[in-house]
Amino acid sequence: MPDTALYAPATTEGASVVSRPDVTVTRAAPLARLAFRGDATAAGKAGAAFGASLPMAPLAANPVGQRAALWLGPDEWLLLAASGTVGEEVPWALAMTLCDEIATAVGTHPHALVDVSERNVALIVSGPRAAALLNTQVFLDLDEGAFPVGQVTRTLFTKAEIVLWRTGPETFVVECWRSFAPYVEGLLANG
Amino acid sequence: MLLISCPWCGVERPEIEFRYGGEAHIDRPAQPADLDDHQWAEFLYMRSNPKGLLAERWRHVHGCGRFFNAVRHTVSDRFVCVYKTGEKCPDLEALAREGAQ
Amino acid sequence: MTQQNRTPEGGRIDRGTPVTFTFDGKRYQGFAGDTLASALLANDVHLVGRSFKYHRPRGIVTAGSEEPNALVGVARSRAKHAGGEATPNLRATQVEIHEGLAAESQNRWPSLAFDIGAVNDKLSPLFVAGFYYKTFMWPKSFWNRVYEPFIRAAAGLGKAPTKPDTDTYANTYAHCDVLVAGGGPAGLAAALAAARSGARVILADEQAEFGGSLLHERGAEIEGKPAADWVTDALGELGNNPRVTLLPRTTVFGYFNQNFLALAERVTDHLAEPDPALPRERMWQVRAKEVVLATGAIERPLVFPENDRPGVMMAEAGRIYANRYGVVPGKAIAVATACDSAWRAAFDIAEAGGTIAVIADLRAEPPAALVERAGSLGIPVETSCAVTGVIGKTRVKRVLLGRISDAGVLSAGEVEADCLLMSGGWTPNVSLHSQARGKLDWQADAGAFLPGDPVQAQRSAGSCRGIDGLAEVLADGARAGVAAATAAGHAGEAPSFAATGGDAGGGWWLGAVPHDRDAARVRAFVDFQNDVTAKDVKLAVREGMHSIEHIKRYTTTGMATDQGRLSNMNALSIASGALGNEIPQVGLTTFRQPYTPVTFGTLATTSRGDLFDPVRKTPIHDWAAEQGAAFEDVGLWKRAWYFPKGDEDMHDAVARECRTVRESVGIFDATTLGKIEIVGPDAAEFLNRIYTNPWTKLGVGKLRYGLMLNEAGFIMDDGVVGRLADDRFHVTTTTGGAPRVLAHMEDYLQTEWSDLNVWLTSTTEQWAVIAVQGPKAREAIAPLVDDIDLSGDAFPHMSLREGHVMGGVPCRLFRMSFTGEAGYEINVPPSRARAVWEAVWANVEKLGGCAYGTEAMHVLRAEKGYIIVGQETDGTVTPDDVGMSWAIGKKKPDFVGKRSLARPDLVAEGRKQMVGLLTKDGKTLLEEGAQVTVERSPARGTSALGHVTSSYQSPAAGRPIALAMIAGGRDRIGETLHVPMPNGGIAVEVVQPVFVDPEGSRLNA
Repeated sequence: MPDTALYAPATTEGASVVSRPDVTVTRAAPLARLAFRGDATAAGKAGAAFGASLPMAPLAANPVGQRAALWLGPDEWLLLAASGTVGEEVPWALAMTLCDEIATAVGTHPHALVDVSERNVALIVSGPRAAALLNTQVFLDLDEGAFPVGQVTRTLFTKAEIVLWRTGPETFVVECWRSFAPYVEGLLANG
Repeated sequence: MLLISCPWCGVERPEIEFRYGGEAHIDRPAQPADLDDHQWAEFLYMRSNPKGLLAERWRHVHGCGRFFNAVRHTVSDRFVCVYKTGEKCPDLEALAREGAQ
Repeated sequence: MTQQNRTPEGGRIDRGTPVTFTFDGKRYQGFAGDTLASALLANDVHLVGRSFKYHRPRGIVTAGSEEPNALVGVARSRAKHAGGEATPNLRATQVEIHEGLAAESQNRWPSLAFDIGAVNDKLSPLFVAGFYYKTFMWPKSFWNRVYEPFIRAAAGLGKAPTKPDTDTYANTYAHCDVLVAGGGPAGLAAALAAARSGARVILADEQAEFGGSLLHERGAEIEGKPAADWVTDALGELGNNPRVTLLPRTTVFGYFNQNFLALAERVTDHLAEPDPALPRERMWQVRAKEVVLATGAIERPLVFPENDRPGVMMAEAGRIYANRYGVVPGKAIAVATACDSAWRAAFDIAEAGGTIAVIADLRAEPPAALVERAGSLGIPVETSCAVTGVIGKTRVKRVLLGRISDAGVLSAGEVEADCLLMSGGWTPNVSLHSQARGKLDWQADAGAFLPGDPVQAQRSAGSCRGIDGLAEVLADGARAGVAAATAAGHAGEAPSFAATGGDAGGGWWLGAVPHDRDAARVRAFVDFQNDVTAKDVKLAVREGMHSIEHIKRYTTTGMATDQGRLSNMNALSIASGALGNEIPQVGLTTFRQPYTPVTFGTLATTSRGDLFDPVRKTPIHDWAAEQGAAFEDVGLWKRAWYFPKGDEDMHDAVARECRTVRESVGIFDATTLGKIEIVGPDAAEFLNRIYTNPWTKLGVGKLRYGLMLNEAGFIMDDGVVGRLADDRFHVTTTTGGAPRVLAHMEDYLQTEWSDLNVWLTSTTEQWAVIAVQGPKAREAIAPLVDDIDLSGDAFPHMSLREGHVMGGVPCRLFRMSFTGEAGYEINVPPSRARAVWEAVWANVEKLGGCAYGTEAMHVLRAEKGYIIVGQETDGTVTPDDVGMSWAIGKKKPDFVGKRSLARPDLVAEGRKQMVGLLTKDGKTLLEEGAQVTVERSPARGTSALGHVTSSYQSPAAGRPIALAMIAGGRDRIGETLHVPMPNGGIAVEVVQPVFVDPEGSRLNA
């Protein structure tokens, strides 16, 4: 499974949401998450400091080891980083360090950088039926030809907004705001 | 459910990813205080509401989050073209003539 | 006697698997593979229901989803039926039987054979076309009490289930290159052709088995194989193709814009003991690049007197029951036709062992080959012969014949028969083409409307566009499949399928059949389900209905569950005759979604119960629930409303919570407040433009209340804004307003002020917010704060600091108040919010404090006269109206809404202004929303001065208090006004809208 080194399954109770032979849904361990806003110049400087360049192509993701930069809009990226040590604690220190490093690198060039590590939670949906399960609530065409590995987009999961990232042929990551997670998990468990 | 193309994302998505923003190319006056009441009411409330092609603002609110403009036919709901905010409004009469052919 | 009408052999039923089911409580046997209709007919049961209006006995007419009469209530078992879990109005022709299935007839009482409601039939002169409009006109007062209850009791089919639906329903979004609707010969050929081109294909058919007419076409061969074997092979090929999705038992019920189609798949209704993990039905929401409609044609009834008697069926239905289900639906079967295909039905039934009493053809010269074949089978044939009526009430006994001549119709005697098959020819099934907004073209020589040019990316294939003959239909389907695949980017070649049999046939009839009966006494039905006769259609025309759309609504013809697929063409023909107008000028009514009825469960899919909406809970929610809190819904959020102790009611709990906050300290979950982080060098300028207040001079570490207007000058939201750095602000919004405020800000930022370098990020869920309010608030939090000086000088009211609590948990600490007491709001990461909350709670408890909910928060703020947007304001309220002119930055050249504040109507005298109200008796609690007037008992029609916006029992004031919006209210302070109520007016004194600590000294304590 390429690109999922970033996301480790959580080990807390209830982390396994769906466990069937053909599809699993698992809560992901916490990550540092930063919302980065700015123009291409700012993004270029930020990527160098972050360790994964910020993709300029729409719907593109750039995962590099324990980092990933996700294009969400023409001046908006979601930056993800894992601390490398397995744990259930949100890596505040990592988020703060990254903020400082990126802010220093971008300097006075206009930009915005906001820590959203705690705002989002992630689910890993994996298995031969992953796309079919997501398609019970997500209206996008998840055929690999239409939504290839590496594509990422904000979209709707029925009544919840999500960020959907295909990290492998049979693996997707769903990021949503934390209070929407029970709704998303509930519908996936019923799907 | 209509499909709408987002000029920022370069993809077509169902309309519920988008939010309608009313008629496009109605610029907020730079100095509202200079307008008399009638002129201000015109800006605030008066819209063209045509039967036919209309340039409208849309926002890809559940996608890239960006506003853009679209020319839509208000009778058939057909989207004729989309373009980014800040770009010039296409010639609606020329588009209507093309569409009629 | 069981299954007396079953043939000794043949058909596609599984004779090795008998199935027992009940109909109206009686046990019957059928075989696996039977529909409820075929199994009932096998047991010689034709009478299955009573009609909608006249309660006439009715039998099974068709073998498909267009069935107008055999509507039944069905449950998986008799127990479920008795328990109110039956699904009403299912078509027996579509219901597959399984062991234990329980079906009940509808629209009859006390029994199907003896129905009291049948008196309507005797009263039929009262129920002519438009009778609703004529009968229930006046007096007006009768509408609610007499007419509506009567109509509601008399109308409607079946009974709605009384219990909540225990089944589950699923949803699937799907995309394909080519969606093929209909799995008969044209649809299969199209699917094969498209799939061989490499296209992603979905093939859907409403029946349990794919194959359509090929499942009952005797003697037909395709590619040298019996047709049914070819179907099996075709399905094997399609099933092995991973890019093909086969959906049997799936109705394409809606065709919407841009090739968006809705399909209903019946997943488990046909199973006696389904896997409980499976949904009952699944909605498919399909976006197809191209669509092929292969929906076939529907045989048209003949309109002759008593054509609705049980035992009268469509000829093709008789053929289907004989060939596919091994059922001959009568001992002696008469055939009335104007069409070749009915002859083949007669031949097939005769060869299956049935007796054909007569073939009566309206045509003078049916094809000689058919007449010859009838002769060889010993079937009597009458030409130029009409069926002029039927004897027998609950079952056909004899069939009346009439000879058509230049002199009119003369009786030609009668024939003993217990079943009559009829055919007026075929109506191409153009419903989906019409739903897709495609126009229809009238083909006079075929007597049919055919699909015109499509509006969407779709094409019709086979008999739904008037193609006849198996070989031609297959070729047409293959062509359409390849054309669709090509248009979707998968070019290919149309395969050819050699076929024999399934010959084309001609002949058709439209409108009423002539007869020699007393026209005043007989009724020939056009629309069986809605009990519309030929006479009704003519009457509607006489009474001035000249458009088919008016005739439809006046007579209700075509408004049945089949949307007139059986009846429309005959009704149209009769109407056009009465109008003396050509059929295309009279027009056809529009076919609309759904194609056939869809259950509410399927439409709701998974959006029901706990998962209807996202239920947003804060990290403190579980704690509050453990404490016994009552919750209220605010937007999608659950918020703790109040925390009752012991046997406290809401009033007691709220009063205690309010007192405790003012006397010691309270802890409150404010997590749901919207939060936006506004960052960039132009952040302050952006806020200057968005809020009424000035921001440039707000120092880092300071908070300010912000008021936001829309461009029309009306208040749309408020909140507290903190400056974290020169270029960074932490903005809060109301709970319900968060998405709206962010959208409003993005709108201006992106489309009006794209020159500003500033960005907005929602941080609502990045921070949980613990509000600690009251004179002991500082004491409650001080032990937990790591690195922030809480002294009044270092951290005064309306300040913010970033720091840590509980040994390293990052926090943004606000000193602010929405209660009028000194207080703090601790913003902490949600993952640690519960731990911080419990630590604060321990201190609060030690200090004699309490947890309080939103209701106490509302009371506390009302005591201070703080507004709630949406409660004091309603979208027509300006800052001055609520006494908040102080929040307007007077020196700012512009902000959103500023220009509008100078509009004449917003500066006019007499606008409603916020004031306080105190009831004169000091006891009565006003109702929120109550009107306020000068007079105690104002005359009828008097305009109110305004209304009560907030009203609470105030523990601090020791009496009820209220806020109100009153015209010219500030000038009325000291006046006595009245709140008129049903029990008399309540006298109130107008006061300043502040009830506690008007100087605000407690805030800085």
